Amino acid sequence: MLSLPKKALLSLSVISLAMSASFAIAAEPVKSVAVTAIVEHPALDSARDGILHALNEAGFTEGKNLKWQYQSAQGNTATAAQIARKFIGDNPDVIVGIATPSAQALVAGSKSVPVVFTAVTDPVQAQLTPSWEASGTNVTGVSDILELEKQIELIKEIVPEVKNIGMVYNPGEANSVAVVEAFKELLPKYGLKLVEAAAPRTVDVSSAARSLVGKVDVIYTNTDNNVVSAYEALAKVGNDSKIPLIASDTDSVKRGAIAALGVNYRDLGEQTGRIVVRILNGEKPGDIQPQTSENLQLYVNVTAAEKQGVLLPLSLIERATEIIR
Amino acid sequence: MSLFSLFGALEIGLIFSLVALGVFISFRLLRFPDLTVDGSFPLGGAVGAMCIVSGMDPFLATVCATLAGAAAGVLTALLNVHLKIMDLLASILMMIALYSINLRIMGKPNIPLIMEPTVFSVLQPEWLVDYIGRPLILIVVVVLAKFGLDAYFSTQQGLAIRATGSNPRMARSQGVNTGAMIILGMAISNGLVGLAGALYAQTQGGADISMGIGTIVIGLAAVIVGESILPSRKLFMLTLAVVLGAIVYRFFIALALNSDFIGLKAQDLNLVTALLVTVALVIPLLKQRYARRKRV
Repeated sequence: MLSLPKKALLSLSVISLAMSASFAIAAEPVKSVAVTAIVEHPALDSARDGILHALNEAGFTEGKNLKWQYQSAQGNTATAAQIARKFIGDNPDVIVGIATPSAQALVAGSKSVPVVFTAVTDPVQAQLTPSWEASGTNVTGVSDILELEKQIELIKEIVPEVKNIGMVYNPGEANSVAVVEAFKELLPKYGLKLVEAAAPRTVDVSSAARSLVGKVDVIYTNTDNNVVSAYEALAKVGNDSKIPLIASDTDSVKRGAIAALGVNYRDLGEQTGRIVVRILNGEKPGDIQPQTSENLQLYVNVTAAEKQGVLLPLSLIERATEIIR
Repeated sequence: MSLFSLFGALEIGLIFSLVALGVFISFRLLRFPDLTVDGSFPLGGAVGAMCIVSGMDPFLATVCATLAGAAAGVLTALLNVHLKIMDLLASILMMIALYSINLRIMGKPNIPLIMEPTVFSVLQPEWLVDYIGRPLILIVVVVLAKFGLDAYFSTQQGLAIRATGSNPRMARSQGVNTGAMIILGMAISNGLVGLAGALYAQTQGGADISMGIGTIVIGLAAVIVGESILPSRKLFMLTLAVVLGAIVYRFFIALALNSDFIGLKAQDLNLVTALLVTVALVIPLLKQRYARRKRV
């Protein structure tokens, strides 16, 4: 201690002052938020980051007045169930369930701890909430459902002479099957037909896409985990056989789709985070109506359009949030 | 660790102890490396959930799920016994076939049961909370299954199944129809797994196509952990060990989930599993060495 110069002593005392100050802040009530996702995945991860960002913006800071926990089930439903039990047992102020299986495990486990779901396409079909109205229970959240009419309009704008729409998807993913079912009902009204190609594993995406060559005028992809993971393989098929690719998540546009009018998962997370903040501030989850994504973004990729033999209409490019060349 | 998380681990452990008993029958008694369980577990969930959603009584639905699991086991055994396909390969074929079959049964990848009646919601008295009621009901089921198996495998037919596993040539020379015994044993094994799947779907909010992933690993880990905790040659102790193994395994996972302080997270679970099984395998070896040194 003696060998320390005066300056160091001073800074030490400053640090100790700062520490005591931080202790004083820690004395204000600490809110706890626990987040669980079924799997780690770029879109789901950005949703999680969005939630934390919204909490920070509302003045909740980790280590100060916020206890933040995050756990991923690594794709294993039994682990998801146990994470749900752990979080419910910890009795935090809010638990967020990202994607259907994680949210279901939470809702099955507790009727009292506030649960906020996000990145669930159809919360009603998944029995998370009885309807799209405020549930009156301990559950609310944000859905990533897309208005398919808008998607069809986009497809028709890019490929006006379209007759058959191809779709590559994993028949084991609830969200994808919901989109396919909805398309089957909707497309005939527009005089269009859906051609399905199943890809139960990531490695099947390329061959599934090739099976569509010659049968379809355009390939549409939803946020299917398998397809999004292997988008480059799909883009190669599209480029080689001049079939335009239209995605529904904006990230895939950078990876070879011509365009996407889709949910930005970071925004979705922030929207979810704002619901979490409302609950932290005393609102009841049962009084908050389940929401859908507030703002859709249009991304276009000019290079991909060229490769896939499409001339993008100028009006579309002008409307785009982001243009990739 | 909270009480809730402990009871959650107990509940899931009890369900997986049925899987572990099934795996014990195929791997240990029959010596049949059977991966069908990765498909028969979600099959049980799918059949149970579909039956309940279509308005069937949850108990009857659970019985149907058990029978469906048993049928899957019979098919695997038939592939092996009559079509002479290698045991491991036969079970792999059945496992991948069941993925498509399960999707067909459910019609979509996820059937929620959150708002449907289940065997638990029917049996549980009003005053008892979910997280205690469910494990209590499951304890009864597991105890019945354990003692039922103990009794069955001491009958002449049960002993014939065990003989088929330990020495098929000797069994045949004693007039045992080994093919039929394999089929029967596999039916019991996968029936238990189907039952576990149906109960799992009813406790966890629904059946999901992905719920089968890694079932065999969990089952085998439970068998091995159990055998190390309670080494024995008596069937009564062995089945008890297997049940305990499944529960202990789930407690370890709960521990891993609650051990933020040593930096463990859910992401490390697979590593925890591997370490746990390794330790379980090493303990008997250490015991042996220690005993030998004592003698000297």
